[in-house]
Amino acid sequence: MSAFMSNLLSGVSLGSVYAIIALGYTMVYGIAKMLNFAHGDVIMIGAYICFTMMFNLNMPAFLGVLIAMAVCTLLGVTIERLAYKPLRQATSLSVLITAIGMSYFLQNLAQLIWGANPKSFKSVIPNGSISLMNGSLKISYTTIVTIVASVLIMVALTMFVNHTKMGKAMRCVSEDRGAAQLMGVNVDLTITITFAIGSALAAIAAVLMCSAYPTLKPTTGSMPGIKAFTAAVFGGIGSIPGAMLGGILLGVIEIFGKAYISSELGDALVFTVLILVLLVKPTGLLGKKVHEKV
Amino acid sequence: MNKTALISTLKKFSKQYLPCIIVTVFFIICQIMISANAMPRTTKSMLIPVCVYIVMAVSLNLTVGISGELSLGHAGFMSIGAFTGVVMATYSREVFGFSQPLQLIFALVIGGIMAGIMGFLIGIPVLRLRGDYLAIVTLAFGEIIRNILNCIYISLEGKDLHFGFNNNTLPGTQIMRGPTGVTGVKTISTFTAGFLLVLFTLIVVINLVHSRSGRAIMAIRDNRIAAESVGLNVTGYKLLAFVSSAVLAGMGGALFGLNYAVTSPSNFSFNASILILVYVVLGGIGNITGSVIAAAILYILPEELRSFNDYRMLAYAVVLIAVMLITNNAKIKNFINNLLKKNDEKGGETV
Repeated sequence: MSAFMSNLLSGVSLGSVYAIIALGYTMVYGIAKMLNFAHGDVIMIGAYICFTMMFNLNMPAFLGVLIAMAVCTLLGVTIERLAYKPLRQATSLSVLITAIGMSYFLQNLAQLIWGANPKSFKSVIPNGSISLMNGSLKISYTTIVTIVASVLIMVALTMFVNHTKMGKAMRCVSEDRGAAQLMGVNVDLTITITFAIGSALAAIAAVLMCSAYPTLKPTTGSMPGIKAFTAAVFGGIGSIPGAMLGGILLGVIEIFGKAYISSELGDALVFTVLILVLLVKPTGLLGKKVHEKV
Repeated sequence: MNKTALISTLKKFSKQYLPCIIVTVFFIICQIMISANAMPRTTKSMLIPVCVYIVMAVSLNLTVGISGELSLGHAGFMSIGAFTGVVMATYSREVFGFSQPLQLIFALVIGGIMAGIMGFLIGIPVLRLRGDYLAIVTLAFGEIIRNILNCIYISLEGKDLHFGFNNNTLPGTQIMRGPTGVTGVKTISTFTAGFLLVLFTLIVVINLVHSRSGRAIMAIRDNRIAAESVGLNVTGYKLLAFVSSAVLAGMGGALFGLNYAVTSPSNFSFNASILILVYVVLGGIGNITGSVIAAAILYILPEELRSFNDYRMLAYAVVLIAVMLITNNAKIKNFINNLLKKNDEKGGETV
């Protein structure tokens, strides 16, 4: 029972990280209608920035996280302006290839700057744990902080999208870009802000992820990035609650798969879930069905 | 048949089979250089991988360029071909006593068939999806294949092949050992075999493109709904392109696996798929001659420029983005179109 509970908790904790990354994917996909393949690598850059600030410049953890957020936001906006904005009218194949190119660029840039050897990230959250059920169940502070942080982010983001003017603009652009422009919504600004929010969230996800899984390499971001995209599709791409639900479910499936089926096949299991979801319900758990117009 | 008709047929033929002609000319030059001992060892060792990557690029171009479906799991088919090929070559040597060329042919055929079967199984669900979803699912399948290969153990005991899943205690001589892959492989791939495989791939793809099915595939790429409304079997034609591409990739993979003493599943990661995609994109999506030239140059160039190895992938990434931005820029497109038009007019005047 306690093994089950502890697996469940680490699943929810991993899932919360996926959910935060998936929020970035899903917002960008919903609004710019593009798959930002480089999102996972923005996470990796965020983790490296935080690492450098904390261990090379000896800054306190919260400052490191803030700087990582600022750098990631800037990076996200720059990527959008330089690489994606000129391709608004291009085919989705061109946009996707550009995004893959950007992902490759960031990975290799990180390798040039920080080297290919893995770095060991020290948790920004103090070590220690709470004991429950007479000490048979231990919950580490990292797990608690991760889950709490992701819940806070989700609530804040839902409020932002549903109750602010910018959030309204985002929903408009995602529904019909042309009509939104005619109504006086600044589409370019809206897309830029979406990228900024997504990238700032990526930095938070990076710190949380590296606190739990401390190996930092130039390819650290790509697998969580792909899994988070899977989570976004699972929950219904473009839907914010969907990304949260998808992320948490995916994290739980992965941890349980690794614990009870086969530790080698955890990733394969996640991707199998993606394929099954796309076949049975291509719009995801909470996605809206869109009819194709001829 | 009069003379002008003959010339125009010849022109059409040579235009259609231009990649085959280029490849043949290069093969002859390389053979002359090898027999005259004029080729450095390092270049010589690259000839077979170049053939493999040309096959990979041309076959991926069939999916990405001709059929218009972005596939990010091409290395998955390559890996199936590679490991099937190695196992089959060993099996046919030990059990049937095949000679080396026969082993190679057997390995290539079975490797191609296995990859084709996988392509068919994957294609049925995948090709129902569109655009970004299709790309991400092919990526997922590529990763699943690699994950599963990491758990597969195969051994040969007498005339029996034993298969194990996460079980390294199989009886007999082990051929494939999970994450370690295959080791101590007899390298029976030859440059001539590579050349013949490239030629085979080119002829298959070119004939497919210029056939009725090829036109149907391109019609579906250009407008799926219109193609469906004139009665084309969309899934069937897409599957045809996808499976053909997988079979060719499997054969390329078998040649690759039998060229190195050691091959492990990690050789066929997502990055390998992207590398092939880079060849296709830089050679020109849908352009077969382009794929051949890009694969050859982009494989040889970085190997020759080892000292810049750190910057190689960075440069790839920048070039990939730049090509996409330039080809999608309306101003540059107009400029090139105008330039081409002017050239045509000039040509018209002289004739």
